[in-house]
Amino acid sequence: MCNEAATERKGGIYIHTPFCVQKCLYCDFYSTTNLSLTHDFLSALKTEIKIRKSAFQEFDTIYIGGGTPSVMPPEQTEDLFETIYKNFSIVPDAEITIEVNPGTVDLPALKRYRKIGINRLSIGVQSFSEKNLRFLGRIHSAPDALKTVQEARNADFKNISLDLIYGLPGQTLKSWEADLVKALEFAPEHLSCYMLTYEPDTPLTSALNKKHFSPLEEKKTGELFMATRAFLARNEYLQYEISSYSLRGIFPSMHNRKYWSFHPYTGFGPSAHSFSGSIRSWNHRSVTLYIEDLKKDQLPVENKEVLNREQKIIEAIYLGLRQTDGIDLKNFQTNFNRRFEEMFEDVVALLKNKKYLEIDQGRCFLSPQGMLFLDSIAGMFSGTDFYLK
Amino acid sequence: MLNIRNFSIIAHIDHGKSTLSDRLIQHTNIVSERDFKDQILDSMDIERERGITIKSQSVCLPYKARDGKLYSLNLIDTPGHVDFTYEVSRALASCEGAFLLVDASQGVEAQTLANLYLALEHDLEIIPVINKIDLPSADIEWVKSQIEKDLGLDPESAILTSAKEGKGIEDVLERAVTLLPPPEGDPEAPFKALIFDSHYDAYRGTVVHVRVFDGRIKAGDTILFMSNNAAYKVEEVGVFQIIREPRKNLSAGEVGYIIAGIKTVSDTSCGDTVTLKQNPCEKPMAGFKEAKPVVFSSIYPVASDGYPELTLALEKLKLNDASLIYEKDSSVALGFGFRCGFLGLLHLEVVQERLEREYDLSLIITAPSVQYEIGLSDGNVIMIDNPAMYPDPAGIEFTREPFIRASIIVPDRYMGTVMTLCMDRRGLNKTYQYLTNNRLEMIFELPLAEIVYDFYDKLKSVTQGYGSFDYDLLDHRETDLVKLDILINGDRVDALSQLVHKDRAVERARLACDRLRDEIPRQMFKIAIQGAIGSKIISRKTISAYRKDVTAKCYGGDISRKRKLLEKQKKGKKRMKMVGQVMIPQSAFLSVLKTDD
Repeated sequence: MCNEAATERKGGIYIHTPFCVQKCLYCDFYSTTNLSLTHDFLSALKTEIKIRKSAFQEFDTIYIGGGTPSVMPPEQTEDLFETIYKNFSIVPDAEITIEVNPGTVDLPALKRYRKIGINRLSIGVQSFSEKNLRFLGRIHSAPDALKTVQEARNADFKNISLDLIYGLPGQTLKSWEADLVKALEFAPEHLSCYMLTYEPDTPLTSALNKKHFSPLEEKKTGELFMATRAFLARNEYLQYEISSYSLRGIFPSMHNRKYWSFHPYTGFGPSAHSFSGSIRSWNHRSVTLYIEDLKKDQLPVENKEVLNREQKIIEAIYLGLRQTDGIDLKNFQTNFNRRFEEMFEDVVALLKNKKYLEIDQGRCFLSPQGMLFLDSIAGMFSGTDFYLK
Repeated sequence: MLNIRNFSIIAHIDHGKSTLSDRLIQHTNIVSERDFKDQILDSMDIERERGITIKSQSVCLPYKARDGKLYSLNLIDTPGHVDFTYEVSRALASCEGAFLLVDASQGVEAQTLANLYLALEHDLEIIPVINKIDLPSADIEWVKSQIEKDLGLDPESAILTSAKEGKGIEDVLERAVTLLPPPEGDPEAPFKALIFDSHYDAYRGTVVHVRVFDGRIKAGDTILFMSNNAAYKVEEVGVFQIIREPRKNLSAGEVGYIIAGIKTVSDTSCGDTVTLKQNPCEKPMAGFKEAKPVVFSSIYPVASDGYPELTLALEKLKLNDASLIYEKDSSVALGFGFRCGFLGLLHLEVVQERLEREYDLSLIITAPSVQYEIGLSDGNVIMIDNPAMYPDPAGIEFTREPFIRASIIVPDRYMGTVMTLCMDRRGLNKTYQYLTNNRLEMIFELPLAEIVYDFYDKLKSVTQGYGSFDYDLLDHRETDLVKLDILINGDRVDALSQLVHKDRAVERARLACDRLRDEIPRQMFKIAIQGAIGSKIISRKTISAYRKDVTAKCYGGDISRKRKLLEKQKKGKKRMKMVGQVMIPQSAFLSVLKTDD
């Protein structure tokens, strides 16, 4: 299922739409609620696309993320796609995704998306419970969510992904499973089930720090994670990444995979990141700085970095372990001139002993239990002296 | 020889010694404006970063005086911190005079006094300098009265300077010429020079820093070290002008260096006398008082195969830091290492940093200990500085611990807080006396063990930076000692044991467990940290297992953010050592002594 050879040289295009009707309480992605800037943003975005125009690189994924891309009027999205198609070579069967939020799209808009070539929808449902939606600060209601998913099918989308969040305060296994059951009614091709994380500088985290609510106990969160895997597996959704599940394993997000597999991608819009294979660069976070730069016809790049060997190793491990396929050990040895098992002998032994990690058929991957500790385990690898050896 | 002056600048820490040295060097134009950097004599990174001087450095300044003659002024820079009194003492042995620097707003401090006494011991001519006169808080008259009353020096001879603004610099140079005596000695007598320092140069071998007292030396001569009769052929002699400046010869009265292809690090020792093989001098000069280490700690390499490198690095460092002593040690938890003696905590930190930076080692330092006298029931008395060597308590008749006499100078408004601090540390207040109408010197007798860790920092903090401190070792006194062990998941970790006063054991155990809980990151399983005396557990803390946390989403391909987080974590913890099944960061071993902030 890992068709790397075919996608190896093809790139991904990411477009960050920095607008939201309202900021969700837990979200730390960059967005603004000043919708009056959409027009200027679009012309800046088109300028950036023209500057970054590439004749050689072929692209097989496009991902319009945000923010809330669906707050842009559909005719603006159409205008954007014309510019993309004019300046980049997109392969015929490319995966083209747009994120939409319930309450910001209707059937005509969805039909229009479909017409301009968008073939995958990622719907920010998050939950089908009114209480949870209010806690997260979402603008939509449970019926809104149901309506959007239904309309997506009506608009003939054959590849739909639903975003769900779990691990909310007070959440029980039963209430979470109710969300999953509801989601499966529409037989989406893909599910992203995110564990709620308290990111610094978000209203939710500050409420947590002020003890306005108590978070779900770690043990429960762990149980929900394990239950999610099991429940979805029973229903033919296979986990291929820590938060990602695909129906019968045939609809993984090709675009997200590029991030985890060191494939090249080009990001447009404020705070978007690009990766060339060794250089990462990123745009200004602020939409006004972004627009200003592009008015002067200059790239809105805030900074870039060239990855050194040590950094590449840390990323290879962190990103590899996110995926159920894990780290390809032969690849690792080719790239870094040393055997992975030798470089991390102690840590690997410790993790294997604890049954958090397995090595099998040339791959090193986390067990489901191990996945729960991904961040800490990545810290164990990066905390050792591997670069000295 | 009449045109040579050898002198030091001595001062309390932070009174502006390095800045004054910088200005003297700039005034004599031996370094181009472009190559000049502040604190130029402090060539080690650690000195520049901390703004302190650790090593003495000498520099030869050519100066054309008002009498029209050209003089060679040898300035020997000295450290100011109490730990490095020993360095000062060696530097002074090479001088005929010293400038005693006093901050115009701080006045006389503990090390001003201590350094003055050292200079007097060496029979030096002393010229007071009042520095930082540009400060709004400068009080020249007040400082002059202290110079007269506390130091017994002539206040009218004091030079007024602002090294920062370059005021009074020429006066210092001119007074060096007119007031300091030229060196004595006979250039025709058999060669006799005192080694006051040395360092290792990867290309040239050991570079020996000497003060020549009699005779002269040139390339091609064969030198003889009098302590061990080792002989070497001289390759080069010269003086230090920030860089090494080769000369045809060095003769009586001069300060400079000798390079003689010395590869055997142990052949040169500070305080030894160098002479020539042909026509040697009769007897060696009086050497230096040996620096007595007061705190002891073990050093282990983090990498399990790092022992040979550490051995080599210590040998080379010892050359440049004669006060460092060490012997082989081993630990169940940490493998082979060295037990080292240090002059104080700052010295320990400096050694650690130098080993890590200059020799690229990654080290674990254990909690420092003082040296105890233990009387055994078989009548023997042994000296113990390593908790691992602590004998079975059943066989101990008595235990004695070292005491110091501490002199603390503070504005009198801090008298109460200083008293509280010292009493907390089991101190006895002996006397106090007013130096001026609102500053007093308080004398305490304190157990050395109570000051080795963070006393100086605490004193600075409770006196808002106004307190200064100096100490002398007194004697060993009867005490009640226990060995505090730390168990991690039930296993005794020998490198974390410490010897503590019985009354302090519970508090220390609690503190050590608290610190370790903060230092050791969460791991895959729950970790129990216990403090124990013998088989009795007196404190306990636990570190829960990993949080279940999965960074859900990578924001628009923002992989760097997560990686930077991992890199930051790593930097904060530095490196980890696997002890049993638990990964312990380097810093944890030293942290067990840290008191509450």
